[in-house]
Amino acid sequence: MKLPAFAYACPETLEEAVALLAAGAGTAKALSGGQSLLPTMAFRLVAPSLLVDLRKLPGLDRISLGEDGVRLGAKVRWRDIERDARLASAHPLLARAVAHVAHYQIRNRGTVGGNLAHADPAAEMPGVAVTCDAELALTGSKGTRVVRAADFFLGPLSTVLADDELIVEVRLPAWPPGRRWGFEEFALRRGDFALAGVAAYYDPDAEGIARNAHIGVIGACHRAHRLARAEAALNGRAADEQAILASAEVAAAEVDPPTDLHASAAYRRALVQTLLERALLRAAS
Amino acid sequence: MQSQTMLIRFELNGKPVEVEVSARTTLADCLRHQLMQTGTHVGCEHGVCGACTVIVAGEAVRSCLMLAVQVEGQAVTTVEGLSREEALTPLQAAFRKHHALQCGFCTPGMLATAHALLTEDPEADRARIREVLSGNLCRCTGYIPIVEAVFEARAAYVDKSAKA
Ligand SMILES: Cc1cc2nc3c(=O)[nH]c(=O)nc-3n(C[C@H](O)[C@H](O)[C@H](O)COP(=O)(O)OP(=O)(O)OC[C@H]3O[C@@H](n4cnc5c(N)ncnc54)[C@H](O)[C@@H]3O)c2cc1C
Ligand code: FES
Ligand code: FES
Repeated sequence: MKLPAFAYACPETLEEAVALLAAGAGTAKALSGGQSLLPTMAFRLVAPSLLVDLRKLPGLDRISLGEDGVRLGAKVRWRDIERDARLASAHPLLARAVAHVAHYQIRNRGTVGGNLAHADPAAEMPGVAVTCDAELALTGSKGTRVVRAADFFLGPLSTVLADDELIVEVRLPAWPPGRRWGFEEFALRRGDFALAGVAAYYDPDAEGIARNAHIGVIGACHRAHRLARAEAALNGRAADEQAILASAEVAAAEVDPPTDLHASAAYRRALVQTLLERALLRAAS
Repeated sequence: MQSQTMLIRFELNGKPVEVEVSARTTLADCLRHQLMQTGTHVGCEHGVCGACTVIVAGEAVRSCLMLAVQVEGQAVTTVEGLSREEALTPLQAAFRKHHALQCGFCTPGMLATAHALLTEDPEADRARIREVLSGNLCRCTGYIPIVEAVFEARAAYVDKSAKA
């Protein structure tokens, strides 16, 4: 369908953008890549009175690497991540997960900030952010606050963002050398949203014992979240096949997947088990 | 609610254009309905089919997922800008040779996508071509001829980037 009518603003500063959103009192919406917002409007699921285009806001399109990890500005596009050769070693999990996002043309426009704000439970980036204990910097009329990714997502398409708040940056903690990791998802077609997916890593100690296991799920959930019991099943054990199968079995019991027209909850649960087995076997090999 | 209208200027296939659009007008509709460039096709209007692909500032985008007001000041290339008067371009010739179209509905999007890809990555292998074309749906050809056509057209782009 055609888009519902709206007014359009293209501010040049973050302060102006925030002020426009504040004045809109919940009926104004930020426009970043438009790759989720415009389809949602075409379906007439939302009809904002004002779109505040972020395209002229300076400084939000940087990928910076430092001692404290990887910082992605809200306007960093999938394309920028894909083309940043440093990320393959600086954050291999991010690079691999983002390779699964959407298609060429969408990747040229879609942004990290828009994706996190949209909060699709099947999206890859929220899964990476939650699994890696990322923090999100949010700027609104009252200033900037930092929120843990785990606290940011409330449910499908729902976050703690206030009406006048923008995501400005996501911060992924540094990736230590020697970390073992895997990312696996299943989608019906390449580039589609995942029916289920898992991100996993652990840091083996000198004896090869898995420590600091982080396991996150997407798709088979109402919001991306970590699987504490599956992590506990892996922590403190040598990451051999037995430990991996045990962790994956726990994960399948731990998730609470939805049933919708794409897949049943039982199918998604089985996917989580298989995908986590694959991810951890890859991590261990 | 009344939609706001705005006057925008951009470059379309190498020529400057000026057009008054309402904020809600997508780039696809602006091209087709206002600038009468109907080569760009609209299949789904919500970002899944790729028929509406055009090239903005050198990058392939879905013109149904971009507002016309967002291309202010930019260079836009549509399928009309990918042909020339005298003869078929290498990409067109490869599509013809490999029967890479039947009804032709998806073709403008396929051509725009392939042109953007080969311009930025003339060495794209078959796997990359398939990956990129996964964003464009075709109900007729079964895709293999399209992949073959794009693969064959690479040579022309390698030469071009060598010259540049
Ligand atoms: C066919 C198709 C397939 C796709 N497949 C996938 C997939 O497999 N995986 C995946 O993850 N995504 C997928 N996407 C979505 C795509 O990645 C989007 O680009 C992304 O989800 C949203 O980013 P955007 O920049 O386009 O945001 P927009 O569409 O511009 O905005 C989305 C929402 O975020 C808000 N917003 C935007 N920027 C900010 C900000 N800085 N601060 C606060 N709020 C903000 C907007 O108001 C809006 O509510 C797909 C999209 C399409 C059309
Ligand atoms: S018409 Fe734009 S993607 Fe289908
Ligand atoms: S040729 Fe008919 S849709 Fe592709």
